Order: sequence, then structure tokens, then C-alpha cells
Amino acid sequence: MKPVAFEYCRPDTVDEAMELLAEFGGDANVISGGLSLGAMLNMRLVRPTALIDINRLHELADIKIDDATAMTGALVRQAAALKLPGVMSGVPLLAKVLPWVGHYQTRSRGTLGGSAAHADPSAEIPLTLVTLGGAVRLRSPGGSRDVPAQDFFHGLLTTDRRADELITDLIWPLRRDKTGYAFEEIAQRHGDFAIVAVAAEATVGNDGNIADLSFGLGGVEDRPLVADTASYIGKPATMATAEEIAATVAEAVDPMVDLQANADYRRQLVRVLGARVVSSAFADATHSREAA
Amino acid sequence: MLRIKSDQKQRVTLTVNDKTVSGFAQPRLLLTDFLRHELGLYGTHVGCEHGVCGACTIIIDDVATRSCLRYAVQCDGMKLRTVEGLEDVDGTLNALQKAFNENGALQCGFCTAGILMSATKFLQENPKPNRDEVRDMLSGHICRCTGYEQIVRAILQASGQ
Ligand code: FES
Ligand code: FES
Repeated sequence: MKPVAFEYCRPDTVDEAMELLAEFGGDANVISGGLSLGAMLNMRLVRPTALIDINRLHELADIKIDDATAMTGALVRQAAALKLPGVMSGVPLLAKVLPWVGHYQTRSRGTLGGSAAHADPSAEIPLTLVTLGGAVRLRSPGGSRDVPAQDFFHGLLTTDRRADELITDLIWPLRRDKTGYAFEEIAQRHGDFAIVAVAAEATVGNDGNIADLSFGLGGVEDRPLVADTASYIGKPATMATAEEIAATVAEAVDPMVDLQANADYRRQLVRVLGARVVSSAFADATHSREAA
Repeated sequence: MLRIKSDQKQRVTLTVNDKTVSGFAQPRLLLTDFLRHELGLYGTHVGCEHGVCGACTIIIDDVATRSCLRYAVQCDGMKLRTVEGLEDVDGTLNALQKAFNENGALQCGFCTAGILMSATKFLQENPKPNRDEVRDMLSGHICRCTGYEQIVRAILQASGQ
């Protein structure tokens, strides 16, 4: 399948990209790796007037790490992030997740920012950003704004980005003390779209009780979610608690139905994978506390 | 800034297997179609045209990736390696190709060019992969003939294992 005819625009600076976005607004698509957008173009699910190719905006491939966050430019390739020790040790959940994103031949070109922009509900990178409480930085001719990941993803392939905005960075909170991370997913084949993906960040106090928990779900509803687990803070960080959390959350979600799975199967995956992931995040947290 | 109107044919010059070549492309022309129909390099195959099957995988600027998700105009000035460039200098099959031949790692051959290009780059990055790593890399390709096991064996053999 071939895309519709479009004008090709390749800015050399972010300012030029801004001018193009102002000119075309919603009639243009921004392309980075093209791993998702290229498929949509070729299937004519999108029919833009213009394609704005940001691959030569080298300033968007920067990575900045400070005391609290790692900021990855929108153009950082998934394979490149996997090779950056600072990002991998600073954001351990991302290190666990990236090998599950697509395949060797797609991570090489696919970008972190592109995955966030595309907003597939089962995609791992948006799920990780939401679970960690990260943010997306957007630039428009009027300036920059940071949108918390939970507010950025609105629904299926829909985000808070306005037509004149460009994603410039993803902002990842760094690993915290006494905190553990875990991730699992089920897909038909490794690297395919997840039927359900689950991620957890758990802080366990010296008393062995849950001090903080973020339990994220991908592929369940139309966007990545963080489950409400507030009532479990202070409970013992054990397998039994993890099972209880996953079972409660599985009842509360409203799973999508598609050719891969019905709602019951998705609930069951939340229950089983959720219990496993929350308990391994507890174990990882205990391990990191004892190592400290 | 570069702008090419939708019906404008732009000259695209790139290096394919160490040779400088050029042709014309409108923005919507896929790199796969440019290679095959503009340059006459039919070795790169096209299966799904949406990034899933891996048949079109080639090496672009040292990265193994899908050529069906690239537009030719994006690649002006880049260095490509395709299956036509794999043979040894004397024109015989290289070690990887020989290993595919010896292990029955292809039947219809539709998927083969893409897998050869992935494996070429993969073995440069990871010269002694284990079986699981090879299988993980192969998950980015679909082969309807072999059942993959022969391909895994061929890649391990080419890595001297
Ligand atoms: S033709 Fe490119 S991945 Fe199938
Ligand atoms: S050899 Fe026929 S598809 Fe792989």
C-alpha cells in the first residue's frame, strides 16, 4: 500500500519546524522513526498534506540527567537509549521495558518521543512514562510546556498535543531509594503489540510495609492507566497483598475488546501478571533497601 | 530547510553497496520502490509494506531497519547496504549466505534478503550470540516456510559456533 501524495518538509532547526507546524497545523504529520506513522501512512489511515521530517533536528537527540530526572530528546532512538548506562541505571523501569518494545530492526530506528506521540494504548513507552509519573515537554511558537504523562494520553492514538506543538523531550523521574521496579507483558509473539502489559514502581519501608506504589496497566483501556492503590499504602509488601491488589484492580478496569482478547481474558491477565509484577517490585525494593 | 512539493520529482543520490547511484522520487515514493523500480535492485523484497514482516530490511547508515517505512527523499546522501552487496569479492556467497545454503535456511526465499541483512548487522554488533539472542533478533522477521530453526542454526554457524 502506498501513502497519499504529500509535501515533504525537512526543517534544519526546531524553529523551522515551528514555522511549518504553524503553516500546516493539523494537516501535517511529524515523522521521526516512522515505525508507527509510516505504517499508518502506507495504509492511508492518515492522509496528511505535508510530512515534517524531524530526523535532522540533532538538538532533539540530546539527553540530560540531573538530580531528579533524565530528560531524553524526542529523537533518541530506542536502541540508543538501551546503550546509555546513565539512562539505564537511572531509570531502571525503562531498562526493563525497552527490550520488549518492537524488534531489533525497529528499535534501531524507532524513537522514544515517537512512541509517546503515537499513543498506542498497548505501547510500553507511554505505560512506563505514566507509571513513573513522568512528563512530556512540548514546544510551540508561544513557548514550552510540560504535561504530566497521565494527562498527556487522552485515548486511542490521541494526546494533549495541539496541532502547532512539537514534542521535544520526555522527562523521566530517576530511581528512588528503597524502591523496586518490575514489568511484564503478554503478546502473541515477543515484540508484537501487548495484549496486556503491566508495570510497577513500589517503595517498601524498613518495616516491610508498602510506603508507595504505582501500578500501571497498558493494553487494558484506551490509554495507559495507573490503578488506584491508595488503600494499600501501609499494608505488608507480600505476595498475598500483591494478589489482592491485582484482583481488586482487575475488577475495577473496563477492558477493551479486540480480535486478540475479550474483556475477561484481559481481566485475567491483569490479575495474574499484576500479582507477579507487584510482588517482584516489592522484592526488588527490599533488595535495593538491603543493598543500600 | 528542504521542501519538496507533492508532485515534484526530486533527484535522490545515495551510496548503495559502495557505489554512488541516483534517481528521481516524489515524496511519497517508498525507499523499497525506489530501490526496486528506480534503481533496478530487486533483491530487497516487499511483503507487508507496514513494518511487520521484515522482508524489506536493509542497512541504512549502519542501522538495520525497515525500508518500507522510509521515503526515498529522506535518504538523500545516505549509505545503504542491500543483499546485492553481500557476496564476497570473488562473486561467491559469503560465509553467512553459505551457512543459509548449507542449513536449508530458505525455501521460497521471500524472507531471506531481509533476514540476511538483519543478521549481518546483528553479528557485527554481537559476534558470538547465543541461541536466545538469535531468536530474539529473528522475531522481527516472518518466514512462512522454514519454521525458523534452520535459520537459527545458519546464523550460529556463520558466527563460528
Ligand atoms: S515490507 Fe517492510 S516490513 Fe514488511
Ligand atoms: S523461506 Fe519462504 S518465507 Fe522464509
